Amino acid sequence: MAHKIVSKKQLSTDVFTAEIEAPLIAQARQPGQFVIIGINNEYSERIPLTIAGADPQKGTIQLIWQRVGKTTAELSEMKIGDTIANVAGPLGKGTHLQKYGTVVCIGGGIGNAPLLPIATALKEHGNKIISILGARNKELLILVDEFAKISDELIVTTDDGSYGRKALVTEPLKEICMREPKPNKAYAIGPAIMMKFCCGVTKQFDVPTEVSLNTIMVDGTGMCGGCRIEYDGKPKFVCVDGPEFDGHKVNFDLMMKRLGAYKDLEQREHEKHKCKIGLNRKK
Amino acid sequence: MTEKERQELLENLLAKQKAGELKASDRYNIPLQEMPEQDPDIRRTNVDEVATGYTETNARIEALRCLGCKTAPCVQGCPVKIRIKDFVEAIAEGEYSKALSIIKENSLLPAVCGRVCPQENQCQLTCTVGKKFKDPTKAVSIGRLERFVADLDFVARASSPSDHGLEAHDTEESTPAVAAETGKKVAIIGSGPGGIVAAADTRRAGHDVTLFEAFHKPGGVMVYGIPEFRLPKAIVQKEIDTLTNMGVKPNYNFIVGKTRTIQQLMNEDGFDAVYIGVGAGLPNFMGIEGESLVGVFSANEYLTRANLMKAYSFGSGSDTPIIQSKQVAVVGGGNVAMDAARTALRLGAEKVYLIYRRTEKEMPARIEEVHHAKQEGIEFHILQSPKRVLGDENSRVTGIECLKYELGEPDDSGRRRPIAIKDSEFIIELDTVIIAIGNTPNPLISQTMPELEMTRWGTIVVDENTMATSVPGIFAGGDIVSGAATVILAMGQGRIAAASINEYLAKKIQP
Ligand SMILES: Cc1cc2nc3c(=O)[nH]c(=O)nc-3n(C[C@H](O)[C@H](O)[C@H](O)COP(=O)(O)OP(=O)(O)OC[C@H]3O[C@@H](n4cnc5c(N)ncnc54)[C@H](O)[C@@H]3O)c2cc1C
Ligand code: FES
Repeated sequence: MAHKIVSKKQLSTDVFTAEIEAPLIAQARQPGQFVIIGINNEYSERIPLTIAGADPQKGTIQLIWQRVGKTTAELSEMKIGDTIANVAGPLGKGTHLQKYGTVVCIGGGIGNAPLLPIATALKEHGNKIISILGARNKELLILVDEFAKISDELIVTTDDGSYGRKALVTEPLKEICMREPKPNKAYAIGPAIMMKFCCGVTKQFDVPTEVSLNTIMVDGTGMCGGCRIEYDGKPKFVCVDGPEFDGHKVNFDLMMKRLGAYKDLEQREHEKHKCKIGLNRKK
Repeated sequence: MTEKERQELLENLLAKQKAGELKASDRYNIPLQEMPEQDPDIRRTNVDEVATGYTETNARIEALRCLGCKTAPCVQGCPVKIRIKDFVEAIAEGEYSKALSIIKENSLLPAVCGRVCPQENQCQLTCTVGKKFKDPTKAVSIGRLERFVADLDFVARASSPSDHGLEAHDTEESTPAVAAETGKKVAIIGSGPGGIVAAADTRRAGHDVTLFEAFHKPGGVMVYGIPEFRLPKAIVQKEIDTLTNMGVKPNYNFIVGKTRTIQQLMNEDGFDAVYIGVGAGLPNFMGIEGESLVGVFSANEYLTRANLMKAYSFGSGSDTPIIQSKQVAVVGGGNVAMDAARTALRLGAEKVYLIYRRTEKEMPARIEEVHHAKQEGIEFHILQSPKRVLGDENSRVTGIECLKYELGEPDDSGRRRPIAIKDSEFIIELDTVIIAIGNTPNPLISQTMPELEMTRWGTIVVDENTMATSVPGIFAGGDIVSGAATVILAMGQGRIAAASINEYLAKKIQP
C-alpha cells in the first residue's frame, strides 16, 4: 500500500513536516515510537523517522524531518498527493508514561519533533513540564508555539542569540537542576552531542534522564544489529530495546562514531546528487 | 569431456539401458557430471549465479548413475520425502515434466531447494552410489538434477515454447487451481519458504489468504540473506507471482506484533487461522571487546544491505551505502559466513579471511559453498577465534586479536569441543569484521502474546505432527520453531501446517 502525503509544510530552511496516510500505524502508535520509510521500492534506503503525532480518525501520522541526506532531500521535494512506497511501524517501545512531578524536557534542533508528543503525553499524565528548546539560530528553531501550549515554563536558547537566550541548553538546564526541589525527571532529545552534555549535567544532580536515540537503522525489527549502542557496557538494539534509554548509561562517544560510519561515502554521493539536481534545473 | 563426447556417451548408455544391459557396475563407471560454473576469477567480480546449471546431456547422464535401489534410501534422507528415485528415473528417460510433477507432490520450491539444500547431509548421504565411493559428494547429484527440471519449468513459464524447445504440455500449468471460496480467512505471517508454501496450500483449499511481511519485499531469508550469486532473486519472485496469481493478498511493511497484534487479526479483523513463519532473525554477537566499533557488522546487516537494499550499486542506483572494505574477517563456519565472505569479495575486498574455531570437517556450511569460497580465494583460518576487536582513535576497526584452538572431547552436539590454547594470541590487521555465528528467534510476536508457549530458546512450541501451537487456530513452522535451520525444513513444516489449517477450517465450515 502506498502512503499518500496529505499535507506538507516547511518549518525552517531545512526542516519539513508532512501528514501521511497510514491508518493502521495511526491507530497503533504510542508516543516515542517511530516508523521506517523508503520512498520507492527497488533502490531506496530505509530511514527511521519519529512519529511526531497521529490522527487515528483521519488515519494519518505526522512526520518531521531535517534535510540531511539523500532520502530526506528527496522527501523534501515531494508534494501533496505524492506517495511514499514503504512506511513500516510503529516501531520501538513507546515512552513509559507516569506522573513523576516536575519533568524538564530538553529539545535540540530537530529533536523538538520527537520530544513534542512525549512532553504532551507527560503533561496529560499530570506532570509539570519545563521545556528548554535550543537551536543554533532562530531560523532553525521549530515548534516553539506548540511547546508553549503544553509547558508550564518555556526557555528558548540559541547559540547566536538571534532568539531567546544566547546560551547552550545545558546552561538553563543546570540552573533548573539547582532549584529546590530539583526536577524529578528529564527527557533530552536532540543531536548526540547535546544529549551527552545534558546527561553530564543531570548526572551531576542525580536527575534520572531519558534520551531518545536515532541511530543508523536498516530493518527496525531487531534483525540486523546495525542500530546497536553500548549501554551499561553491553550491546543494545535501539530499534527494539529503545529508542528511549537511561541517558546516564549510554556510551555517546561510541554512538557518535557509529553515526558517522557512512558519512564520507554519503557526502560524496550527496554532492553528486546535488550537482545533478542543479543541472536539471538549468534545463 | 566435450559436449559432443558427452552426447555420444549418453547415446551409448541409453542404447545399453534399452537393451537392459546397463548393470550396476556400468553405472558406477559413469563419470559424475560436474556442475558447469563461472570461472572463479571472473565470478568474484560479479553477482551473477556461480553455478550455471546442467545441460540436458549432463542431466540424463547423471540420472543414469542412479542404481534404482528397491529400498530408495535417498527418499529416507529427504526431510520432505520426495520420491527421488522416481524423479531421477524420469529424467533418465527424458520425461522432465513427469519428473517435475513427482517433485512437486512433496516440494513446492524445487528451483530453490535444488540450489540451497545441504544434499550431502540428506538424500546424498544415504544414496548407495555415494556410500560405494564413501563420499556423499560422489553420490548421484540429486540437487543438481532437481534444479535442472525446475529451471526448465522456469524457462518454459517465462518464454514461449519455441524458445526452449519444450512442448507446452511438458510444463506445468503456471497457476495452480484454487478450490471454491470457503469464506474463511487465513493470515500467513512471514514470507519465507515456510510462509510461501503455507500460503499456497491454504489458498488452494479456497481460503481467503493474506501474507503479512515486515519488509517491503517478500521471500524472507531467500531474498535478504542468501545472495543473488547463489539463488537468483527472480526465482523467488516467480514463486511470489504464482501466489498473487492464485489470489493470495500480500501485505508488506506489516509487522505483526507492532502494526497489528495476532489477537487483533483474529478478534477484530476476522482471521480464522494463523501461520507464524517469522524465522530466526536476531543476530548473535560474541560479547567480546570492541564489537561495537565502526566496521563490525552482523552478517544479517551486511547481507541485507548488499542483497535486499542492493548496496552493491550504491551511487549508481541504490541509495543504501555499504562499507568499502579492503581487509575483511568473517567469523563463523555456516552458510551465512560463506555468503558474507563471498559477498565481501564481490564488493571489492582485497583479502577475506574466514575465521572458524573448529575444523573444516565440523563446518555446518554446504560442502559446495566451502569449495566455492576456497576457489574464489577466501583464506580459511580454522581452529581460531577472535578474542577482541581492535580500533583506532576514531573507533574504526584496525584489526582483530585471535586465539588458536584445538579440538577436545565431543560436546552435546556430537562435534568435538574447541579448546583455546593458552598464550596463542596473534593479531590480523583488517578494517572490517563480520559476525556470522548464528541467529535466534525474534521475540516481537511472543512478547505481545504471552499465551503462546515458547521454549527457553525463544522458539515456539508445536505439535510436530500438526504444527499446532498452544493456542487454537494458530500454527507455526520454519526457523521460529526449529531455530536457524534450512529452507527445506521450513517448507516441509509450512506444508504440514497448511494441511492442519485446512483440516481445522473444514471442521468450522461444516454445519
Ligand atoms: C545468509 C543465509 C544463508 C542460508 N543458506 C542456506 C542454505 O544454503 N540452505 C538452506 O537450506 N538454508 C539456508 N539458510 C537458512 C534458511 O534460509 C532458513 O532456514 C529459512 O529461510 C527459514 O524459513 P522460514 O520460513 O522460517 O522464514 P524466513 O526465511 O526466516 O523468513 C521469515 C520472514 O518473516 C518476516 N517477519 C519476521 N517477523 C515478522 C513479523 N513480526 N511480522 C511480519 N513478518 C515478519 C521476515 O521479514 C522474513 O521475511 C540460510 C540462512 C541465511 C541467513
Ligand atoms: S535496525 Fe536492524 S536491528 Fe535495529
